[in-house]
Amino acid sequence: MKSRTAQRIAFAVLLAVSCVVFLPVVSIFVILVKEGGGALTPEFLFTMPSEGMRSGGILPAIIGTLLIVVCAIAVTLPVGVLAAIYLNEYAKDNLLTRVIRLAIVNLAGVPSVVFGLFGLALFVMMLNLGVSVIAGALTLSIMELPSIITTSRNALSSVPASFREVSLSLGVSRWRTIRHVVLPNAVPGILTGAILSLARIAGETAPILFTAAAFYVTRLPHSLSDQVMALPYHLYIISTQIPNMPSKLTYGTALTLVLLVFLMSLAAIILRIIFRRRKKW
Amino acid sequence: MKKITAAGLNLHYGTFHALIDVSLGIEPNKITAMIGPSGCGKSTLLRVFNRMNDAIEGVRVAGNVELDGENILAYRDDEAIDILRRKVGMVFQRPNPFPLSVFENVAFGMRIHKLARGRELEDRVAESLKAVLLWDALKDKLKRSALSLTLEQRQRLCIARLIAVTPDVILLDEPCSSLDPVATLKIEELMLELKKRYTIIIVTHNMAQAARVSDETGFMLLGRLVEFGETSRIFTAPQAKETEEYITGRYG
Ligand SMILES: Nc1ncnc2c1ncn2[C@@H]1O[C@H](COP(=O)(O)OP(=O)(O)OP(=O)(O)O)[C@@H](O)[C@H]1O
Ligand SMILES: [Mg+2]
Repeated sequence: MKSRTAQRIAFAVLLAVSCVVFLPVVSIFVILVKEGGGALTPEFLFTMPSEGMRSGGILPAIIGTLLIVVCAIAVTLPVGVLAAIYLNEYAKDNLLTRVIRLAIVNLAGVPSVVFGLFGLALFVMMLNLGVSVIAGALTLSIMELPSIITTSRNALSSVPASFREVSLSLGVSRWRTIRHVVLPNAVPGILTGAILSLARIAGETAPILFTAAAFYVTRLPHSLSDQVMALPYHLYIISTQIPNMPSKLTYGTALTLVLLVFLMSLAAIILRIIFRRRKKW
Repeated sequence: MKKITAAGLNLHYGTFHALIDVSLGIEPNKITAMIGPSGCGKSTLLRVFNRMNDAIEGVRVAGNVELDGENILAYRDDEAIDILRRKVGMVFQRPNPFPLSVFENVAFGMRIHKLARGRELEDRVAESLKAVLLWDALKDKLKRSALSLTLEQRQRLCIARLIAVTPDVILLDEPCSSLDPVATLKIEELMLELKKRYTIIIVTHNMAQAARVSDETGFMLLGRLVEFGETSRIFTAPQAKETEEYITGRYG
């Protein structure tokens, strides 16, 4: 009886803690919708800012963010998947692969502002790409590489070993086994990981601070070497650098960013459900 | 002439000596059964014949194993091994079709090896399914997921997927151990049918099965091939004491 009571108390505490985790998410959302929901008009989403950003829309920041994030994934996904294939399907456990694994773990622990400075030094200055979409995207792609490699590896290793075995036993080469058997079955996991990465880097400020983001540009980006506005950086600017900023627009911008990230995560979740329903082993 | 001969075959997993001086000859178009207690090296021996042990780290193989007079242990490059595996196919203990349709499972090897396409591919899929006596049951359900089949049908499908790439030799590693007795008998009938065209080696724990289907039987114990010969003789007049003890059920 006594242990029963203890168990009840423990469960109650666990439930309370879980609610505490839940609470900030809900309150952030509620506040953003309450304060900024009214700002989300088509005009706000699809026009250029005006009057020193105190009115008008945030279109260039939305486009800038999408552009940077998509370019970053376009770079990091193939590299990450290939690295994951090597590590999971080919590499034996030796000094080289241990060093690579260590590097991946450590890369994941580097603060994002350090990536920003690194991107500034390498891409903006040394490779002379300037402050541009491409420099920001490359910086983010390096930052996101560890997580892409890790999720891709997990996706690959969740493909049953028996599939590989059968394929090899039919005289299919190792590479073609990976290409035709392992990869198709790992694609759902890889894609889900990629979209979650997209969502995460969409909100990053520090890595693009010195590499891609502009305070204000008068036109939409024309090429990848253009400097762009980006949602998180724009949000930072309008909340700290611009006097008399209507708070509705600040909250509206924040809400837009959160919704963007939320939609991406949702897409990942839906994708995962669809694929899980289809796979049955 | 023998289809496969092994002479002085030794295999180590790291420091563990899993096959010790194994020598035998496999007759073409016959069913050879390998029996013996768990862990004696039956699967290991089977996987020598299609070099599937290569994937395991720390395996060392020595000796001579010839397929049609060619030493398959001498193959060094991956391509030669891939070609060997098309000749010496394998059916696994657990039926393991891909999560694809019935058709795509059978077509898998032919597509990858570019053996057939279009109309011809369809014909050869049908042929393979007929050979494993699945055609009548599945000819209208080719688009169904292979995972919707019964275990016995799945195992047949795996055999169809294998014979679609035209092997010479079929290795079966306890192919019936996850099947019920009726399904087991049906797979055995299939084996008797298949031996007209293929050389078959089967590993089994089921001595009655070995006695029913095989022409020759090898008894293994702790990595050694204790006795090898005609099935009828092995089961009626075993020469080695260990064989007699095993087939009369005094071993595990
Ligand atoms: N990858 C491996 N690494 C180390 N030892 C192994 C490995 N695979 C098998 N062995 C050992 O080699 C011996 C023979 O294994 P094998 O699987 O060939 O036995 P088996 O006769 O097929 O047994 P079972 O009837 O249980 O399938 C066993 O003692 C096993 O522990
Ligand atoms: Mg075995």
